[in-house]
Amino acid sequence: MSEDESAALPTPPAGGNAPLLPPDSGRDRPLFAVAAILVFLACLAALGARGAWTSSDRWMNDLTGSLTVQIRPADGRDASDDAESAARLIGDMPGVLSAEARTRADSEALLEPWFGSGGLPEDLPVPLLVDVRLDDAGVLDVEDVRETLSEAGISADVDDHGRWSDAVARASQMARLLALGLLTLILGAAAAVIAFAARASLAARQDVADALHIVGATDSYIAGLFQRRFFSLGLKAGAAGAGFAALIAVLVAVGGSNADALYFLPELLFSPFEIAALAAAPLIAGAVAALSARLAVEEELRKRW
Amino acid sequence: MTETGVNPFPQSESEVIVRFDSVGMRYGRGPEILKDVSFELPRGSFTFLTGPSGAGKTSLLRLIYMAHKASRGVVEHFGHDTAALRRKDLPDLRRRIGVVFQEFRMLGHLSVFENVALPLRVAGRKRAEYAEDIAELINWVGLAHHMESRPATLSGGEQQRVAIARAVVNQPELLIADEPTGNVDPEMARRLLRLFVELNRLGTTVLIATHDLTLVRALDAPVMSLADGRLTYRERAA
Repeated sequence: MSEDESAALPTPPAGGNAPLLPPDSGRDRPLFAVAAILVFLACLAALGARGAWTSSDRWMNDLTGSLTVQIRPADGRDASDDAESAARLIGDMPGVLSAEARTRADSEALLEPWFGSGGLPEDLPVPLLVDVRLDDAGVLDVEDVRETLSEAGISADVDDHGRWSDAVARASQMARLLALGLLTLILGAAAAVIAFAARASLAARQDVADALHIVGATDSYIAGLFQRRFFSLGLKAGAAGAGFAALIAVLVAVGGSNADALYFLPELLFSPFEIAALAAAPLIAGAVAALSARLAVEEELRKRW
Repeated sequence: MTETGVNPFPQSESEVIVRFDSVGMRYGRGPEILKDVSFELPRGSFTFLTGPSGAGKTSLLRLIYMAHKASRGVVEHFGHDTAALRRKDLPDLRRRIGVVFQEFRMLGHLSVFENVALPLRVAGRKRAEYAEDIAELINWVGLAHHMESRPATLSGGEQQRVAIARAVVNQPELLIADEPTGNVDPEMARRLLRLFVELNRLGTTVLIATHDLTLVRALDAPVMSLADGRLTYRERAA
């Protein structure tokens, strides 16, 4: 070396260390878009799963928390009086929140789709209904209701909706499984896409990985570089996807009656669950991306040597 | 020291840095690139590896810096049979070996300073701990004014000196150089050789792969020659 060079006073440059992985810039953009879309779909699936859960619970509560008593018209008896008596008798039974007798007009309204709106002849006997709401304990025995009404001389059918509740329970369970399955599939797809991208990224940065290996970097160290990069990407893509999902959910919620039509879309946007799910989505996306990238890179590195 | 400057007195004649015994190597299911290669590199020795292009020099070096496994035979590094090593043991051994590649293998997005510091950074050392040492080392190879330059802005000779600085920054016990003078003019080749000799004098075992016979003849050092994957060994350059 020259004398001048040897005599130069060495001064280390100021500042911190630059990232060991060079920026991928344009290469990451399509992956970012795909990840953001997957997170968006995952958020909708998660909110949908929540919607399916709450809807299922509501359906089941509606069915198991009520009875319908049908007062049959009988010769020599006033059906309206029987309905009132039945409502009073049932209302006094333990486990009953309320029992309300419906009028003949209510029954005619129910029959309107079959008989038209012209009204029924006054002398045509029409069954009357009693709506019974039960408390959560559900201690009321249907047989007790039948026996009580029979002792009072009231001719009635008691429907505890049992034949519907099984079918609804099965449908509810199916809806829940479907939503959870969809969520799992989307998360799996996201993990697979990230793993593929991480392998591609490693292949594109083979020179960096080789240089690091040669200077003594462990597999874990190299995988950690990719893990951090993909965590950051997952986090940003997650934030974008979750933000868009939140926007859609708000639009659906604000849409009012439209939300009823889209039954499984979120109805409770601002409940703690929805807010927590949307807030956690970027972190979960980052974690899935980081883990996928780490496992993929470690697997690739293990194939060497 | 001899007149040529090569260390004639390795610290311990009995201590072997690298030992090959009947080593064969192939890539995948391809033909055997190295055949029955046997040699030893004693600690503190300075050795040339020569041979025509395609003779297997680079493959032999890949085995030495543990980028590849031997297909057969025994390869020992610092007394350890590499076939018996677990993958997690390799980084520690690799840190005892410095490698200078013909194509440099710098990280283009990092500065000269950061490229040279790479082995220490990877080993978990803090920048504040090594910053001054790195600056001094860069100054030693004559690139103090290029501390913050990117490798692509340097000449071939300058990049080669960065590669050498990176290879020796953690004071490796073995320094391997693959065609270190392949991209530089004769004057720079002479200066680089002096650098290697100086490192050897400081105790580093040096192995230089080259087909530049001028370089080989400049030193009175042992020569290993590869031809068609087979090794011949002679004590001094012809």
